Amino acid sequence: MSDAVRFRYNVDGENFTLAGQASVQVKKNLREIGIPAEIIRRVSIAMYEGEINMVIHAGGGKAEVAVYENKIEIILDDEGPGIANVELAMKEGFSTAPDNIRSLGFGAGMGLPNMKRYTDDMKIETVLGKGTKITMCVNF
Amino acid sequence: MKISQIKELLDAKVICGEDKLDREVNSAFGSDMMSDVLAYVKDQAILITGLVNAQVIRTAVMMDMGCIVFVRSKMPTDEMIELARENSMILLSTDNIMYNACGKLYAGGLTGAGVTNE
Repeated sequence: MSDAVRFRYNVDGENFTLAGQASVQVKKNLREIGIPAEIIRRVSIAMYEGEINMVIHAGGGKAEVAVYENKIEIILDDEGPGIANVELAMKEGFSTAPDNIRSLGFGAGMGLPNMKRYTDDMKIETVLGKGTKITMCVNF
Repeated sequence: MKISQIKELLDAKVICGEDKLDREVNSAFGSDMMSDVLAYVKDQAILITGLVNAQVIRTAVMMDMGCIVFVRSKMPTDEMIELARENSMILLSTDNIMYNACGKLYAGGLTGAGVTNE
């Protein structure tokens, strides 16, 4: 597993204007190493949703994208408030985002369901008051 | 449909990507909700929106949407234009409201983007 190509990013939680920057960079990096376009699209959409979530809910965090021979793993790690009810959070349309986020075009309650839809595997580890770690996998 | 036709149908200003107007697009998606763009759009459609922030550009980048039309005379900020340029994107702005912009393009032969319903 040590032969994976890894990209690491810090997600700034202070400034919404910057939200999504890491995902744009991921897309660029994956293109440079020759990953197929459809795989890049799935990875970057899932990561983008996760990155926006980290900025809205968790004050930022860390993101890592690891490219293996036949899969890409995305790990999003934050020290935010945690998710109180994961089952509920996975429901389309359920959102705890504040109203000002909706005026920015987000907070429709589609983030987590969309991350699951675009990836082959998604695992959520969350502890209230400690943070959330989401691991997603796209196979190819 | 060529982007140059979209520009004509909407009497739109070209904000950036002037040299790319002969690119072809097959469909469009109109929304101010980026969450919905991310959740529903399947094709490499153009994005029609009245929302102006950096995430509009980044959302389009993620979705491989190469052209954004801003309706209701909205103008992107310099930062957004720079981001669009870096990603070889075309930005247009029209005085049309969303409804009329969509209607004109649809009547001109541009259909709605395929959506994922899984």
